[in-house]
Amino acid sequence: MDLEDQGIIKGTVDEHGRENLMVVLGSPDAESAEIYAETVTTGDPTYAGPLAGVSLGLQVYHILEDEVKAEIDPVIYEQQIGMMEMVLDKEAISKSVKKIREG
Amino acid sequence: MGYPVIKGVSYIIAHVPDLVRYGSKPTRERVKDPSLDQKIKLSLRSFDEAKNYPPHQVFIGNLKPEDLWNIKKPWFENLLPGSSRYSEWGEIMPQDEFYGLLKIADEFDLVYLTKEFSDRVKAKLIDHILFDAADMKRLGEGIDRDKVVQKVSAGALPLLDGDDLVGCIQDGHDEDDNLKADILLENLSCKASGILAIRRALRSHQQDPAAIDFIMNSGEEGVGDRYQRGAGNLAKAMAELSGCYNSTGVDIKAFCCAPVHSMVLAGSLIYSSIYNHVIVVGGGALAKLGMKMKGHLTNSIPIMEDVLAAFAVIVGPDDGYNPQIRLDVIGKHDVSTGSSQQAIYEALVKKPLDRLGMKIPEINKYSTELHNPEITEPAGSGNVPRNNYRMIAGLAVMQGQLKREEIDDFEKKYGMPGFSPTQGHVPSAVPYLGHAREAILKGELENVMFMGKGSLFLAKMTNLSDGISFIIEKNQGK
Repeated sequence: MDLEDQGIIKGTVDEHGRENLMVVLGSPDAESAEIYAETVTTGDPTYAGPLAGVSLGLQVYHILEDEVKAEIDPVIYEQQIGMMEMVLDKEAISKSVKKIREG
Repeated sequence: MGYPVIKGVSYIIAHVPDLVRYGSKPTRERVKDPSLDQKIKLSLRSFDEAKNYPPHQVFIGNLKPEDLWNIKKPWFENLLPGSSRYSEWGEIMPQDEFYGLLKIADEFDLVYLTKEFSDRVKAKLIDHILFDAADMKRLGEGIDRDKVVQKVSAGALPLLDGDDLVGCIQDGHDEDDNLKADILLENLSCKASGILAIRRALRSHQQDPAAIDFIMNSGEEGVGDRYQRGAGNLAKAMAELSGCYNSTGVDIKAFCCAPVHSMVLAGSLIYSSIYNHVIVVGGGALAKLGMKMKGHLTNSIPIMEDVLAAFAVIVGPDDGYNPQIRLDVIGKHDVSTGSSQQAIYEALVKKPLDRLGMKIPEINKYSTELHNPEITEPAGSGNVPRNNYRMIAGLAVMQGQLKREEIDDFEKKYGMPGFSPTQGHVPSAVPYLGHAREAILKGELENVMFMGKGSLFLAKMTNLSDGISFIIEKNQGK
């Protein structure tokens, strides 16, 4: 994850508190989704940015996961995400994010 | 008059490992971590490694993009020894010659090279087909190394060749941040690489420079001063040193889709008879050197953003031979389009094809953002072209024009692997223009769609992105 984005997330957590935040990812493959998910839970795996060694423990989901889909108006979800849901590897992405989320 | 044609395209790469430190990311990171210099140094490639790198050979045109399907990955470990630095319409220039070109492109005594280094570069450039006696005069004799050391001590930015101090670039103004040495080096790098691309295009396609009326630079640098940042105009500066004496020009800004915007504008200017011949050029982006180096260093692979890349396209009036730009079916992302990927692809791909009564699979090839995935994947940015092809395929499925099970094969059939250096605007569709022109002239393809997208939101003035597309097709003859 970009170091500036890490700084923004850290600042947002400081301002609002981790219990009030959830991260919804939109990364296009399982590998990058896993890196992003790891960064906002256990810390920056590359040990390069502001979240290196910082375990935010944020709740993290991917927009393609069924739990997120269930919360969104089906018409809007189809308009905005339908095509992505068809072309991306939903199963692998969901699995990798769930793995990080559930530790 | 028929639609304007693509008369010729050139692509150049300048391998500049010792400028990586001046990329935006390395500059910021080096301040925080002084040990980074050594790590960067150990991860840089030699000229031969950069020259023999398969994606670079595709970029300059010695290999077709599709050839990469058959070259084992990682490509940086499966080099092609003995590859030529030259191609029919491009070249890969080593760092020392590029430093010489920086000096040649410098109008204001900003760049100084040592005598020894100038001699060395002159001996090489004097035999280069794109440089003449006037260029050698501009290159000059160099100055004593002691004087370079003095200038660096006084704040000039050192130009290194390995561990050797071979020159420097100094500030253009005492108080103007827009004219500091680091910014001027970015601007001059764009200008120099653009000049090389224009000269190469003119030479390779036997185009008389005096017949060029207008040049549009789609590069990323906003040249200007304290009173007018991004004022321009590098296009005219490039024209001046490319023999295009009858040309003026403008810089076109639209983040990464500036080249595709420029292509549409160039075609329009010709079709409306305002100009006869227009060059679209994109100079290299120094700021992007080492942009994703963290991912490369973490994975112990070479820093592959060690090159500047540039291109030039000669657009001319219909000649009954070269591929034409279909100006009647331009796709564009309107303010009202929305920001979902779905909406963007509908605007850029579906809408223009609907106007022609064509289906997505009736376009032979799609050229999207062609970032080399070997550079982006280690940094967590995924395989950009592959994702784009899956998106177009998904759109085709939603339109009932493709079977769902054909999505996986779409990339191979209608696309190509990414092969472009990650220089922002450069990967944006245009790297395939030269290959497409050649394939259409050989009768291998009938038509190709080019689509560029731009992240306008990065400038924090709008949340919108941008996008534009055009189709080129076989000339049916007069």
